[in-house]
Amino acid sequence: MARYIGKEMSRVDGFAKVTGRAKYAAEFKVPNLAYGFIVTSTIGKGTIRSIDTTEASRAPGVIGVLTHENYPKPAPPAAPELKPEENRNVRDKSFRALVSNQIFFNMQPIALVLAESFEQARYAARLVRATYNEEKPMTDLESSLDKARLANPSRPPRPRGNPTEAFAAAPVKVEAEYTIPIEHHNPMEPHGAIAFWEGDKLTVFDKSQGVYVVRQHLATSFHIPPENVQVISPFVGGAFGSALRPNYYPALTAMAARVIQRPVKVVYTRQQMFTGHGYRPHTWQKVSLAAERSGKLTALIHDSKNNSSSFEDYVENTTGMPRTLYACPNALTSAQFVHTDMSTPAPMRAPGAVSGMFALECAMDELAYALQIDPLELRLINFTDVDPDSGKPYSSKALRECYRLGAEKFGWSKRNPEPRSMRDGRLLVGWGMATGIWGAFQQPASARVALKSDGTAHVSSATADIGPGTYTVMTLIAAEYLGLNAEKVKFELGDTRFPRAPVQGGSFTTASVGSAIYEAAQNIRQKLMDLANKEASSPFKTAKIEDTELLDGKLVLKGSSQSVDIFALMRRNNLPELVDVHEARPSREREKYATGAHGAQFVEVKVDPATGVVQVTRAIEVTACGKIMNPKTSHSQEIGGVVWGIGMALQEATEVDHRYGRIMNPNLQHYHVPVSADIHEIETMFVEEDDKVVNPLGVKGMGELGMVGIPAAIANAVFHATGKRIRDLPITPDKLL
Amino acid sequence: MKSFKYSVAKEPTGAARTVSANPTAKFLAGGTNLVDLMKEYVERPSEVVDVSRLNLAQIRETSNGISIGALAKNSDTANHPLVRQNYPLLSMAILAGASAQLRNMATNGGNLMQRTRCQYFYDTAMPCNKREPGSGCGALEGLNRIHAILGHSENCVATYPGDMANALYALDATIRVRGTNGRDRLIPVQDFHRLPGDTPQKDNNLAHGELIVAIEIPRNNFAAKSYYLKVRDRASYAFALVSVAAALEMRGDAIERARVVLGSVAHKPWRSVEAERVLIGKPVTVETFEASAEAALKDAKPLEHNGYKVELGKRSIVLALQRAMSGEVA
Repeated sequence: MARYIGKEMSRVDGFAKVTGRAKYAAEFKVPNLAYGFIVTSTIGKGTIRSIDTTEASRAPGVIGVLTHENYPKPAPPAAPELKPEENRNVRDKSFRALVSNQIFFNMQPIALVLAESFEQARYAARLVRATYNEEKPMTDLESSLDKARLANPSRPPRPRGNPTEAFAAAPVKVEAEYTIPIEHHNPMEPHGAIAFWEGDKLTVFDKSQGVYVVRQHLATSFHIPPENVQVISPFVGGAFGSALRPNYYPALTAMAARVIQRPVKVVYTRQQMFTGHGYRPHTWQKVSLAAERSGKLTALIHDSKNNSSSFEDYVENTTGMPRTLYACPNALTSAQFVHTDMSTPAPMRAPGAVSGMFALECAMDELAYALQIDPLELRLINFTDVDPDSGKPYSSKALRECYRLGAEKFGWSKRNPEPRSMRDGRLLVGWGMATGIWGAFQQPASARVALKSDGTAHVSSATADIGPGTYTVMTLIAAEYLGLNAEKVKFELGDTRFPRAPVQGGSFTTASVGSAIYEAAQNIRQKLMDLANKEASSPFKTAKIEDTELLDGKLVLKGSSQSVDIFALMRRNNLPELVDVHEARPSREREKYATGAHGAQFVEVKVDPATGVVQVTRAIEVTACGKIMNPKTSHSQEIGGVVWGIGMALQEATEVDHRYGRIMNPNLQHYHVPVSADIHEIETMFVEEDDKVVNPLGVKGMGELGMVGIPAAIANAVFHATGKRIRDLPITPDKLL
Repeated sequence: MKSFKYSVAKEPTGAARTVSANPTAKFLAGGTNLVDLMKEYVERPSEVVDVSRLNLAQIRETSNGISIGALAKNSDTANHPLVRQNYPLLSMAILAGASAQLRNMATNGGNLMQRTRCQYFYDTAMPCNKREPGSGCGALEGLNRIHAILGHSENCVATYPGDMANALYALDATIRVRGTNGRDRLIPVQDFHRLPGDTPQKDNNLAHGELIVAIEIPRNNFAAKSYYLKVRDRASYAFALVSVAAALEMRGDAIERARVVLGSVAHKPWRSVEAERVLIGKPVTVETFEASAEAALKDAKPLEHNGYKVELGKRSIVLALQRAMSGEVA
């Protein structure tokens, strides 16, 4: 009987967070700190002709101004300037600041002003004057779709069956284009770093989803061994993918610290975040679906094109997951990118999947209307228990149960399918549904578990906690399998001194790091049993390790009253601690199966027919993502996902003035995310799956999954309410007039 | 932010004199707009005169209506019993604006002075005649979904973004301002803000250094039938796409007096006397309201991305008038 797993646990770091004791990157106190403020370009493409820092340098408190003219050489590898064939082997092609006079995107950093105070640096930044040789930027994806390319032309999309023929022959078909604008993550905490050098050793406090990624980036930037770099990131105020890839500011901050021989802090402004950490790319998609009159899908053709920067080939896997959702014998999907004069996109919560599923699940709704079949029924008709490409069975897939439970809770059977048929007073009511899909990924990850003879345990791994509750779930797993009270377990993360862990992304942290802690705890138990068996009185002499468990500070022979006090045992052996550093890797068993996490979303919207204002009045989300370790933080994740989906469906859009290639709403007054008044009833539920194939804990990804079906469900509900099919997000009031 | 001289005003006339003496001085009250603009380098005052501690926050009944202090907070004004009972339209308009936190800081005088939310005005790298006269209008042929459809010029298509002022236009308010000579001047609210013409850098008709001390609203019979409708991209903390302050006074079954003011469609709150004229003497019917709405938007000249505001404006007028009749509170 589990003590902790599956039971609600409040965040172990909650107290520190609400009292301000939790330190975020820019909050660390470092003596003799100088402040950097970034100056950005006012053109979108071209070269800097001149940059005048005279006035800025004379401003009060200014220590120095870094520009491409005085940036130390040899500069970091200037990947953007290399031609593609030259930098094929350069893995980290991320944008680096101040390495040349080239302008690749508007609001690109062109200088860093260093001063004694933030205010002095910010003021002096306004005094830096640049002139440019300006070229016309190209930032509009939709006007350049014909320039789209595959990331790897030697691997063209592979069809399943014969989709073109099947599409032509089908009695019922729909075909439509869907567009999603650029969106930005907009976490509360702005990205920032503090860097200082001690000789050739570099220490950086950073906001990061993966300290080892930043360490590698800094090591290559400065041509120093990774071991010389320590990256510390204990708390992250939201990131959603914006702190996954190496952003330009940590290297810039570290370089500034090296130049002025002082610790330096640089924090993005909200505006600078819009070109400083990537974004969900602008995406154009076309979906063609064909079916028999029975509803059975016969062809799926799904193409996606997204914008990238001019110097990286960023392509979103928009069509990969949607392709696997339905039992359709003929399918062809592709994902391409177009170079634009923008900064490079980055993964943003449920990257690819939420965009692709918006298109596919809207198209399924359109097909349901064309067939006059209930949208839920259509999905059940095309349900598959095997991956339609490989034919492998899913290790678990409780999606059918999600559909059933969600429909029942929502009252789906009472839906009148006729658009504009349901009303609440003068408001039009719409009910829509969609499916969510995400992976059940596991990455190699390490953890160190130290059981101490004083009755406590210290557990560490260089993972991150960007908000999902990683501190809590790792504490919970360690407490469960070490048989300790959770209060006795201290878990630490976000530091390159800890064992290597992957970035916190892809919703694989609990599966990866949790498995490492679980397996390390098993190893500790083995060590304890071995110790016990050295003593004559051991009750485990003939026992197998599986016959034992750790419980309340004892190694217990299951099903008996026999046990050994482990701390007394350690003391008898003069062992102040037992340590296991362990790397968990995905099992071979996984390869025999298809794996994934799924969910069903049902939403109600109310639309004002006069003004076009849409409210999402009710959302029910049922999710099947393996074992739920901590229901409290898990529901929180899924509720957050629904809110994100509402923002994506109705509000979020980064607006670019293509004449200048400039983002015109880089702030939270013009870029809208949902506020409390937009959020009504949200109910999240889990259908638990018992799946030990995916990993020993049986957990799957949930953080991204929670938003995946929501935009489509809302768009489908808006169609049901109004009769208007909006295929261009966000669905703002003007589109419904 | 540029360094500036800061002083705390002791009395209104002195404050007016201090600001008047320095062409780049500014009054500071709640600071909810000015401080943001200073951080963005859009406003660069060399001197800031803090008037927030002046004794100008009273809300009191007068012989012919109500006087609302310029420094009364938006929240206190909206929730004041006299305002709620006699001028619910003003309450509704204020509460439709900003967020609770901002309303707790923002003052009534400052609210009248708030500047446009045009993105080009906010971005010092972009052309904007309002910020930098002669630099051009970035929005005219740029992103102008939130911009003006009425009264704009080649030089500026920005809108006045506020909510409170729309109600004040409907309620025939007067703005009392203190001059450097220690005397007060009364400005009818419809003459307070201005259209951009070829001087969009001037939002209003205050002389530099004149300090708003109070807003006065005469008695009226609109309380029973008034409504503030705000259509926006999200349910709170967003500026209007279109807003309508509507007020009606009935005599029997016919409309005796009417007010129709559109917000976020022009460089100032847009009171449509034409729309009101259509309503006077008519019975309450949807057709009457629709005719009124048509009259209000007759001269609309939308830009590339804000054509929707014409239809939305019409529908919003009809809806606001309907809700005014049913006595709903927003």
